[in-house]
Amino acid sequence: MSVHAALRLAVQTAFRRAENGFDTAFGPTDNPLRHLGALGFFFLWVLVASGLYLYIVVDTSVVGVYRSIGDLTRDQWYFGGILRSLHRYATDAFIIVMMLHLVREWAYDRYSGFRLYSWATGIPLIWLAYMSGIGGYWIVWDRLAQFSAVATMEMFDWFSIFNQATVRNFLSAETINDRFFTFLVFLHIGIPLLLILGLWAHVHRISRVDALPARRLGWGSLLCLLALALARPAVSDLPADLGQVALDTRIDWFVLFVHPLAYATSEGFAWSLLLGGTVLLFALPLLPHTRRAPVAEVDPPNCNGCRRCYVDCPYGAVTMEPHPYKPRHQIAVVDAANCAGCGICVGACPSSTPFRSNEKLVTGIDMPQQPIDVLRHALEERLTHLSGLTKIVVFGCESGADVSRLAAQDTAAFTLICAGMLPPSFVEYALRAGADGVLITGCRPDGCPFRFGNHWLEQRLSHRREPHLRTQVPALRVRQAWAGPTDEKALEEALHQFRRDLEMHAGEATHLAPFHRRTIPHGQ
Amino acid sequence: MANRPVAIAGQIVLYGAFAAFIGYFATNPRYQHLEADQALVKLSLAHFGDRECRKRTPEELKQLPPNMRAPMECPRERSPLTIELDIDGKPMYRGVIQATGLSKDGIATVYRRFELASGEHRVAVRMNDNLRQSGFQHVKEDTVTLKPAQILVIDFNPDKGGLFFK
Repeated sequence: MSVHAALRLAVQTAFRRAENGFDTAFGPTDNPLRHLGALGFFFLWVLVASGLYLYIVVDTSVVGVYRSIGDLTRDQWYFGGILRSLHRYATDAFIIVMMLHLVREWAYDRYSGFRLYSWATGIPLIWLAYMSGIGGYWIVWDRLAQFSAVATMEMFDWFSIFNQATVRNFLSAETINDRFFTFLVFLHIGIPLLLILGLWAHVHRISRVDALPARRLGWGSLLCLLALALARPAVSDLPADLGQVALDTRIDWFVLFVHPLAYATSEGFAWSLLLGGTVLLFALPLLPHTRRAPVAEVDPPNCNGCRRCYVDCPYGAVTMEPHPYKPRHQIAVVDAANCAGCGICVGACPSSTPFRSNEKLVTGIDMPQQPIDVLRHALEERLTHLSGLTKIVVFGCESGADVSRLAAQDTAAFTLICAGMLPPSFVEYALRAGADGVLITGCRPDGCPFRFGNHWLEQRLSHRREPHLRTQVPALRVRQAWAGPTDEKALEEALHQFRRDLEMHAGEATHLAPFHRRTIPHGQ
Repeated sequence: MANRPVAIAGQIVLYGAFAAFIGYFATNPRYQHLEADQALVKLSLAHFGDRECRKRTPEELKQLPPNMRAPMECPRERSPLTIELDIDGKPMYRGVIQATGLSKDGIATVYRRFELASGEHRVAVRMNDNLRQSGFQHVKEDTVTLKPAQILVIDFNPDKGGLFFK
């Protein structure tokens, strides 16, 4: 294993543990670590809303800018002051979740293949966020603003690309005029607008964007920032005085960390770190990473254009086009560049039902690395060899808890690419072909690497999504136990509990009529 | 999720930790840019180096198209600036600053900062803006008393008598 892969795995493990821990307190839907992107959007909207009010009240003249913000903080602390603090702390929160989101996607190996576009379009957003954040601090025009403005200009002058040192614009009060602050405000609105445009590009290739956190998480985050704004209101430093150097300042380390870095080392070192880091992020997809999974393949004779795969694909990789030879029908077309190879489309396809009598089960859309026909054969073969009082079939996924260790004389275990790949009809088929119960597992809720795998399956099993599990399947005989890679013990316990429950109800006539496709004609 | 009271307590702790993390690092630890008794001298000037211009003779002017009869003929390239800065007799900066632009016809600019202890200092700055002349055409030397945190700017403006301290 390379150093990079080992490091990535270590960080991934740390993230997984933290996510599991957070699940205990928040539950998966409100777990901030599982919804960092949505939280980032949320903090951005808080910034936009609070910034709109600040824009209304700020006086963009040299003498007025400091005074107007100071007055707002002092005289209107109950509203304008809180909004100002909220604006500052939401910036910090945005930076934190943005960086965590970046590290998490890297740790989970989500930066190459079909995710390359989102990865590459996300990197410039970091620069835009920092440009906007640093510029925002200048508008206050206090000692901190002066320090940051001079430090930033000294950094730019390291390139010697301007015909005069830009820092000369901050040598004395005479060089600063009212238009400077108008320009700053213009930039402080324009750059976030660019950021929003960039965010649109960042997410536009995925369907059902997680653009806002769940209500409880949103309120919790907002109340958290409001409490902070009340406890530690953002205040200005002394007014800027270009004749004096800011000896020591209360800098915002999340946004302005680059200034101490440049002074402690050199401007060249700081630029090397920033630009080198950016180049490294762009180059990461070129480093060795997980081999790309084969993409879904459509079989035109078996595709009836029902659009379910098109609706369920988490990455918008399936589009519908006119069927080549079925008049007035459509056919699913897979965009290989966007396909994650997750197989969720296979679970959505009504042709994936194992009850079909054909010897070879060919479905409308299938995964070449794990065809649905192979799964049916394996299921039939394992069921014929199961023995014991209570026979259970377990369906799991590659990203969740390892189900192969559950295999036993009375338990058949199958690992799918993703839990969402399982057509619900396979559950009924297993029960009719000899299983006493079917245990379904996969990643923890909201922990699916393909976004909606376990979510869609759970909806299909509870009759809320097509194709759904037929209602005559007794709920008693189907159980879901979502378990991540570190939850194997919990899954084992869930299996034992399921077996005990089935045995408790052994006397009840809840068995489905047997079905053997080789002996019973289709449709019976 | 764990039982409800434990989950709520966990959320309070985690939201609190998030707020505390932001609240602390948004203003702490204080960044000490310079020591409390220090001052800053900024050598910052932008000046066009000299050019060796020649006055055209009436004959030469007559040969030119009417719209191009400029009385002086100047080469495009400008002289670099040679600058020296001494503080308390110690050489702090020696540099030759080239004119900007591909043809070296732009302004020559320099910006350097020097951290000093506050108090009295003897500051001497010299500048030559014409390569063909020896010595320094512009000299400024003075004793300055710097207060803590004060910024002394050494600049050049021909309208203010050349080199000056601000």
